[in-house]
Amino acid sequence: MKYLLLLYGGDLPEPQPGSPEFDRMMQEYDGFNALLERDGIDWSGEALEDTGSATSLRKRGGRVETMDGPFAETKEQLGGFYLIDVPDLETAMRYAAEIPAALYGTVEIRPIMDTAPLLPGG
Amino acid sequence: MGAAPILEAIHRHERGRILAALMAELRDLDLAEEALSEAMESALVHWGRAGVPDRPGAWLLTAARRKVIDRWRRAARLAARAPDLRLLAEADAAAREEPAPEIPDERLRLIFTCSHPALEAKTRVALTLRTLGGLTTAEIARAFLDTEPAMGQRLSRAKAKIREAGIPFAVPGPGDWAARLGSVLAVLYLIFNEGYAVTAGAAPLRVDLSAEAIYLARMLDQLRPDEPEVLGLLALMLMTDARRAARLGPDGALVALDRQDRRLWDRAGIAEGEALVDRAMALCAPGPFQIKAAIAALHAAPEIDRRQIFLLYDSLLRFEPTPVVRLNRAVALAETGETAAALALVEALRVDLHSYQPFHAALAELRLRAGQGAAAAEAYGEAIARSGNAAERAFLRTRLAAVQTAADPKKKAEQSSAQVQQGGKDTEGTPVSHEPR
Repeated sequence: MKYLLLLYGGDLPEPQPGSPEFDRMMQEYDGFNALLERDGIDWSGEALEDTGSATSLRKRGGRVETMDGPFAETKEQLGGFYLIDVPDLETAMRYAAEIPAALYGTVEIRPIMDTAPLLPGG
Repeated sequence: MGAAPILEAIHRHERGRILAALMAELRDLDLAEEALSEAMESALVHWGRAGVPDRPGAWLLTAARRKVIDRWRRAARLAARAPDLRLLAEADAAAREEPAPEIPDERLRLIFTCSHPALEAKTRVALTLRTLGGLTTAEIARAFLDTEPAMGQRLSRAKAKIREAGIPFAVPGPGDWAARLGSVLAVLYLIFNEGYAVTAGAAPLRVDLSAEAIYLARMLDQLRPDEPEVLGLLALMLMTDARRAARLGPDGALVALDRQDRRLWDRAGIAEGEALVDRAMALCAPGPFQIKAAIAALHAAPEIDRRQIFLLYDSLLRFEPTPVVRLNRAVALAETGETAAALALVEALRVDLHSYQPFHAALAELRLRAGQGAAAAEAYGEAIARSGNAAERAFLRTRLAAVQTAADPKKKAEQSSAQVQQGGKDTEGTPVSHEPR
């Protein structure tokens, strides 16, 4: 099964860029990526720019409306994601616990929907 | 006997096993439950006509399997389901060749699925009672004072989450074993305490959750023998349950553990509990439930070893460094005669436990022993205000009344010597923990 791991910050202060703690955190991310590689997990993942750079868009009555900022104004910012393909939630949880974001914020584990039964002829 | 009562008895005893076997093939608890209930409906018809089959459980499993095959055929999703269908058809064919197969016992996997930490605590309890205990949604709703639709929704959300989030149907590996077993045992203990806390009032309407928890713990012990913490939990529940009849006085008020009429205890339950504690200890892997069971066993001994109980709370603290365990440890210390030291320990827990009723009850009792009558009365007032249980309130009110008469010189003279003696520490029961927690 595929899972999207959403990395939320905000509960505890994260190390600031330039500090030795920040360097250590980045090393931990590198270590986590290496762990996924070593275990032969099919994965991808990216860090996101600050929510200050976000644009939210919707289309109503044929017109596109845009807004400056993220969709939901919350204390917890979505800071990045991983997409992993693992056998079950148990395994997904085990990897999620290794992500540095779990130390400062929260990792939300969302299963990717199996759309096969919804497709025509599926 | 007609088909219906036989069916009901089988349902009670084999439901968990059949569901677990279906779950192993389908990985979909909702589908498994629906298929089983359809199989039960057709059993009523068939068994009424042709008599009850040799192995009714196996009959139900086969019938349920075919219901699923039918359903998939009707839904014309054969292409997508081909691999699943092949698996089911194979299982069905195997069952046909051997007319009376044993139902494979997959219940251990089901137990771990139902109490998976990705589910909410209350949901774990409800799901375990539904799938392994065989309770109806209505019974579970009543047990938790919920409405039936709300409980039904909770259960179906849980089943959907198991399917969609990929909660595994598996016995955890050695790395996760201890933590995940802890989650299973916590579920069983919650079920037990829910049943034990409510013995009066709405009781006739509610199923006996304590008995249910003991039944489930025995099942777990059978499925995974010689697991020290499983033995510990079973022992703890048996010994606690054995004292049920002595728990409430004639006035409906709680009776503290050490003041209970021991003649009302069920000796067989206590003896079985003690034997289980011994078996668990011999396995040399201590854990919180074993320690709590050992404490319960010491309380049931003819001579209560207060020092040993205190030392056991000390070890419990290493496993569960929580304010509640600290409180119980302080009370155990007080029982050894160290009132002043115990009082200081309890006072220090105020920040963590100020909204916890037993904290105030313990504080009151210890202040009373330390000769601080007015402060004791105040703490009893706090405890009564925080109690959500009539039997508990009755117990606390009696204590408060005793403090107030003791503090009033006019009333004090009228009091019988027996009541005065209640304030003395030697005759005092454990003020907080009617049971080890």
